[in-house]
Parts: sequence; C-alpha cells; structure tokens
Amino acid sequence: MSNNALLEMKHIHKQFPGVYALKDVNFELKSGEIHALLGENGAGKSTLIKVLGGIYAADQGEIIIEGKKRSITNVKDAHNNGIAIIHQELVLVPCMTVAENIFLGREPMSGRFVNKRKMNQDAQELLDAYEMNINAEVLVGKLTIAQQQMVEIVKAISFHSRILVMDEPTSSISDKEVGFLFKTMRTLTEKGVGIIYISHKMSELQEICDRVTVMRDGTYVGTRTVKETNKDELISMMVGRELTNYYNREYAKPGKVLLKCEHLSDENMVKNVSFEIREGEIVGFAGLVGAGRSEVMKCIFGLTKDYSGSIYIEDRKVHIKSPDDAMKHKIALVPENRKEEGLYLIQSVRYNSTIEILDQFIKGIMVDSAKEEEITRNYIDMMRTKTPSTDQIIGNLSGGNQQKVMIGRWLATAPKILILDEPTRGVDVGAKSEIYMIMNELVKKGVSIIMISSELPEIINLSDRIYVMCGGEITGCIDHEEVNQEKIMKLATK
Amino acid sequence: MTEIKKPVQSYLKENLGIIIALLVLCVFLAVNPLTSASFLTQQNIFNILRQISSNLYLACGMTMVIILGGIDLSVGSVIALSGCIAAGCVARYDMPIVIALSAGLGIGILVGMFNGYVIAKTTIPPFITTLATMNIARGLAQIYTGGSPVRVVSSEWQFLGAGYIGPVPTPVVILAIILIITALIMNKTKIGRHIYAVGGNAQAATFSGIKVWKVKFFVHTFSGIMAGLAGIVLASRMYSGQPTAGQGAEMDAIAAVVVGGTSMSGGAGKIGGTIIGGLIIGILNNGLNLMNVNTFWQDVVKGVVILLAVFIDYFKNKKSK
Repeated sequence: MSNNALLEMKHIHKQFPGVYALKDVNFELKSGEIHALLGENGAGKSTLIKVLGGIYAADQGEIIIEGKKRSITNVKDAHNNGIAIIHQELVLVPCMTVAENIFLGREPMSGRFVNKRKMNQDAQELLDAYEMNINAEVLVGKLTIAQQQMVEIVKAISFHSRILVMDEPTSSISDKEVGFLFKTMRTLTEKGVGIIYISHKMSELQEICDRVTVMRDGTYVGTRTVKETNKDELISMMVGRELTNYYNREYAKPGKVLLKCEHLSDENMVKNVSFEIREGEIVGFAGLVGAGRSEVMKCIFGLTKDYSGSIYIEDRKVHIKSPDDAMKHKIALVPENRKEEGLYLIQSVRYNSTIEILDQFIKGIMVDSAKEEEITRNYIDMMRTKTPSTDQIIGNLSGGNQQKVMIGRWLATAPKILILDEPTRGVDVGAKSEIYMIMNELVKKGVSIIMISSELPEIINLSDRIYVMCGGEITGCIDHEEVNQEKIMKLATK
Repeated sequence: MTEIKKPVQSYLKENLGIIIALLVLCVFLAVNPLTSASFLTQQNIFNILRQISSNLYLACGMTMVIILGGIDLSVGSVIALSGCIAAGCVARYDMPIVIALSAGLGIGILVGMFNGYVIAKTTIPPFITTLATMNIARGLAQIYTGGSPVRVVSSEWQFLGAGYIGPVPTPVVILAIILIITALIMNKTKIGRHIYAVGGNAQAATFSGIKVWKVKFFVHTFSGIMAGLAGIVLASRMYSGQPTAGQGAEMDAIAAVVVGGTSMSGGAGKIGGTIIGGLIIGILNNGLNLMNVNTFWQDVVKGVVILLAVFIDYFKNKKSK
C-alpha cells in the first residue's frame, strides 16, 4: 500500500462468545495524519482500539507498524511500539502533581531517591513545549477535565509515542477548550505523530480530521477523505440507511406558561436567573461547560437546598426542597452523567425502568409483577430500546440504549416538565435521531422540555427558544427563527 | 404453576454454588461414621437451628446494611447490652418479663437509630460509627453489670431462648418469622427496592427522588432491632445477661452474609443467600463439634470455608464476564 503508512491493521478478526466483534477490519494511519474512526456505539471501534492497545488479542489479522509486522499481545507491547491511548475516562492520579503523573513509574532518580527538581523541570519543559500553560507542580485534581486531558497527552508524548488514539476527547470539555485541544493535535501531527480520533461529533471531523474510516456492526465500511465527503454520506455509511429529517421538529404555537423562574440564585454558580417555559415547547439552554446550566436545573429539581428567588408552576409559587417535591409538581430530570447520577448499573432494565414509579405497582407488600413488566415493556417499545429482555443487566447495554431507558424511566412519571441534561452525550447517531423524534412527539402532546446541550446543531435545530448562559447568568434568549451558531457563541462567551 | 416455578428456579440458579456446598456438607456429616449416628436426628437438627438463629437474626439486618454498602460492627456488643439490661430489669427492679424484654429490644432500637442517624446525616463512614458504638455498648454493658452476669432464674424468662412452641424451639419459630419479614421487606416493598438503589448508586438514588437518609436510617435501625432481639433471646437461653455475650458475633453475621453471596461493595445480594450462608456456618460448627475437633481448628476450618465460598463467587463472576 502507500509507503508512508505509519500503521496498518489488516483483516482483523475478533470473536467473543456469542458476538463477532470484528469481522475482517482494515485500518490505515499515515504519519502526520488525523484519522477519524466513526461508527455507532457497538460498531466495534473500541474493540479495534483495544486490539491495537494490546488489551485484546486479535483472532486473525496482522498489525504492521512502519512497514514491519508487529505482534502486540499485551499493553507493554503496544507501549514499546509507540502506541498510546487516551481513554474517555481519564486515568490520572488526582492527588499527585502533574509532574508526578507524567513520570509515574519512571521517575528520574538521584541515587535511591526521586530527583524531584529534575522531574518538575522536565515536566514543565514538556508542558511549555506545547504552550499548555499548566504548572507541573499543581495537583492534577485541581485541573479542569480539559487540562487533565492535556496532561494525558503530554504523558503520552513523553513516551515517544508515534501513534496516539483519542477516544471522544471532546465529550466533556467546552468549545474553547476544544479549540486548544485541536491546536495541540495539529502541533503533534506536524512532528509526524499519527492520531486516531474517535468522536460522535460530525462537525469536529470536518474541522480537524484528514480522513475518516467508518465501521458498522463490527465490519469495515469504508474510508473517505474528509474534504471529499459530507455529513449525510457519513451518517448513511454509519447506520446503513439514509436518515432523512435528522432533526424533525414540527413547531406549533406554544401554550400557557408552565414554569416561571425569577431571580434564581444558588450560593455559588447561579446568579439571578429568570426565564419561563411554555406548554409544548422545547427550550434550549446553551453555553459553555461550567456556565451554570446544570446548576439552574438542580435548583428547579430540588437538588440544591438553598436557593433564593422564586419558582412558579402554572402561576402558583412553589418551594421545591427535594427531588420528591419536584416529582410531585410533575417535573422530571434526566441527568447529565447517566452512569453516576442515573443508572443502577448492576440492576436489570426492569428495575431501572420503574424505580421512580414503584407506587404504581407496589401496594404495601403486594407487588404486581405483571404490571411492572407491562410498564417496562411499554417504555421499551416507546423508546425503541434494544435489549434482549427486561431482565438484562443495564450495564451491558450500549450508551444509547441506557439513555433510552433513562428517558423512558422519567416519562413513566408522566411529567409536564421534562428536563434533559445533555440527552445525547455518548449516544450513537441512530439513537440520537430516535431521541429527537420522541422529543418532538412529547411536545406535541403538551409536555414542555428543557434541554441542556453543548452540541450546537442539536440545540439550534430542536429548540423553540434558546437561553444562553455564561458565568452563571443568562446572557440572552434567542428565538428559533433567528438563531445561529455565531449568536450563541457570542452570548456564551460574554 | 409457572408463576411459582420461576422464583424457585432462579433462586436455585443464583445460589447454586453454595447450595451444592451445603448439600456436600450435609451428606458428608450424614455418612461419616463419627457423626452419622447423631447428625440427622430431630434433636440435632433443632439444635443446629437454635444455634444459628441468633446469628441469622443479626445476618438479616447485616444483609441490608451490606447491600447499602455499609457495615454494622456494633451488633455483637448490642447483644450484651440489651441482654444485660433486660435481665437487670427483672433481677434488679422486679419488672414484668414482657417489659424487661421490651426494654432489651428498645436498647437495640436506640443504638440502631443512633447509628442510622449519624451515618445518614453525616459522611462519617459506617465502619467508624459502628466501631465507636460497638465499644460504647460493650463498655456500658460492663459498667451496668460490674463485669459479672446478671442472673434470672424463672421458667417464663427461659421461654424465649430455651422454650418450645409445640416441638419447635422458640428461637427457631422467631427465626422463621424474622426471615419472612426480612424477605418481604427486601423483595416486596418500596423501601426494599430503595435499599438496593441507595447501595447501588446513592447519587442516582438522590436524583430518583429517594430520600437516601431515610433509607439509611431505616436499615441501621432494623439492624439494631435484630441485635436487640438476639440479645434478649441469648440472655433468656443463658439464664442471665452477660456482659461478654456476643463477642465476635458481628463477624459471624458478616460471614453468613458474605458466604451467602452478598457483595461487600453494595447494591446486590439476597436474604435467600444469607440463609444458606448461615446454615453452612452453623452446620459446619455442629459437625466439627460432633467430630470432637478442637475449637482452635474449628476457627481455621471456618476461615477456609469463608474463603472457599467467596472464591466460588469470584470465579462465577469472572466467567460470566
């Protein structure tokens, strides 16, 4: 093949009991290239990366690095071959300094003791070389997620890695930080590093990537040059069908005011926030990460004990002290971090679907199991959740299906106000469009939806109105007819 | 029929490893010439059940506590304190037996509520909180009794621990009732589901509108009641409240729960497993006694069995992943 290929993975097969995870997959990475790996959840991206990283051994196929066939059977092999993987979940030690993390396990020594000064100097040099503006002697726990990512990257580079894999690095950092991350990535490619980039965000691909390889159901679908392809083609490659009306939103005239907040403040993030939500509308909350959007919702949902200001529901002033109170007022909140704040990972789909509505089928010690199963089934069907059975442990489902169970669980409470905090984070394209469809159906039935999202296309195409927040304050409200990305970004960075 | 069959089947499947272990143990004791004469007699079986009943009362509370992700170290000492107070009420103040026993039970409730309140309302770990109450309760029992047993000699007093209802020892009847109540709470009620939710993911439980502190308070109070109950039953059986009673009882209860397959990391576990865990430990003790094995070796064997049980669990989980 091409002579400047840094990495070639050829005819990779990997089978797990009952699952053919990788079927004859090919992948090629050039030196100095950023190559996106795209596919729905469960398409086999992670498995392929794990084969490359030595976590899984391939059943068949070969890995060729710089023209030589290599055998990568464990993590150390991968390291020695210059492969570094930056995982979605960061694996730094929070209570150690940046320098200590970078040199963990290979600290520069003087005699029998760690040479702290040299370690800090070396680390600082590395950080400065990439203009990262991070102090090497600061504890990692004090850094933002984005900064921690930078530290991970520096750590990888310090191993002289030539092949860098980044698994959804932008899923939890703000747009400004994304810009900086991209700059760093470009600096790396100039030095000949090849980057494999996994992301669900199409807009990023166009901005940063050279080529894109699409996978579906464990197979290789194709590779395109980013300049010569477009979003629609990629999506249809990913899902194997044309997705028409990706965002299908039918706007209607919204009804009466359902929820009104006046001068809402909590003690640290939220400052003097006022807004209103009408019946049957989707109201978007845009802003950078850390703008205080989730914190506003926590006030409304009773998760913040001390807030000042007033909340009115249907013109009646209410005081919401706990999620329980919020639920009585028919408010539902699907939280941002579903694994930490939503799911009971070791429990079944059924348990997870019904935990908020136990009253509907448990009376004292009488459990109506048939009704429980029926309710669960209803919402599985409604959300088109893919699960082998209602007994399935939810931790085994894909992110998209977990999210569908989460949304279904809250719909079961028959909310009038549904708050969705980053509803499509870590959710694949197919599930995304289904979630959008369901949102559209819900508002047609008169439910009001508040959606927090950091994905601008999503928030722009689905919302009736968009409140933009910055630094804990609402900096503006834009109607869906007038909205565009520039307007939002302007207000978000005020 | 199918409705009844399903839970039984899943029960057998979930606990297959320890059920086999239990059966092997029983068959071994039934055919071993040293024990075959006495092991399967009605008297011995009731004897075993009576012996394990106190441990299983504690284990009922402990199962919930451990599912919650916590631990209750205070139960052994509560046995002593509640037994001594109950006995003291009769021996020193001539109170009616029913009131004395209620006082003993009340001690358990109080300690449980205290544990529950501290654990629910602060972030002090359950291990530390109950380590403290363990020492406090034991110390109070010693102070109250001056270090020597408080004797009660009357047949009514004996009924709870050493009496019979029909042919069945009273503690065994109480055990049956307690097990049913615990199973109902854990499997059939809202609070039962909430226990699993809080143990599995406390933050998610908060978001689900579950009053996490109430659940914690309830579970520790329940564990306290169980300890109080074990305390008065034991005091009844021993004709006295003894300040040294129940030493290490918390560890036996934890062992029953863990052998029964409840995970120490919380969120999962069943009372059905705990019952088998308690039976295994009880029958093992009984068998070793019948075989005249010296008590030092009994401890070693018990330890090995606990390890084996959790190993089986470990390999089972590893395989299914």
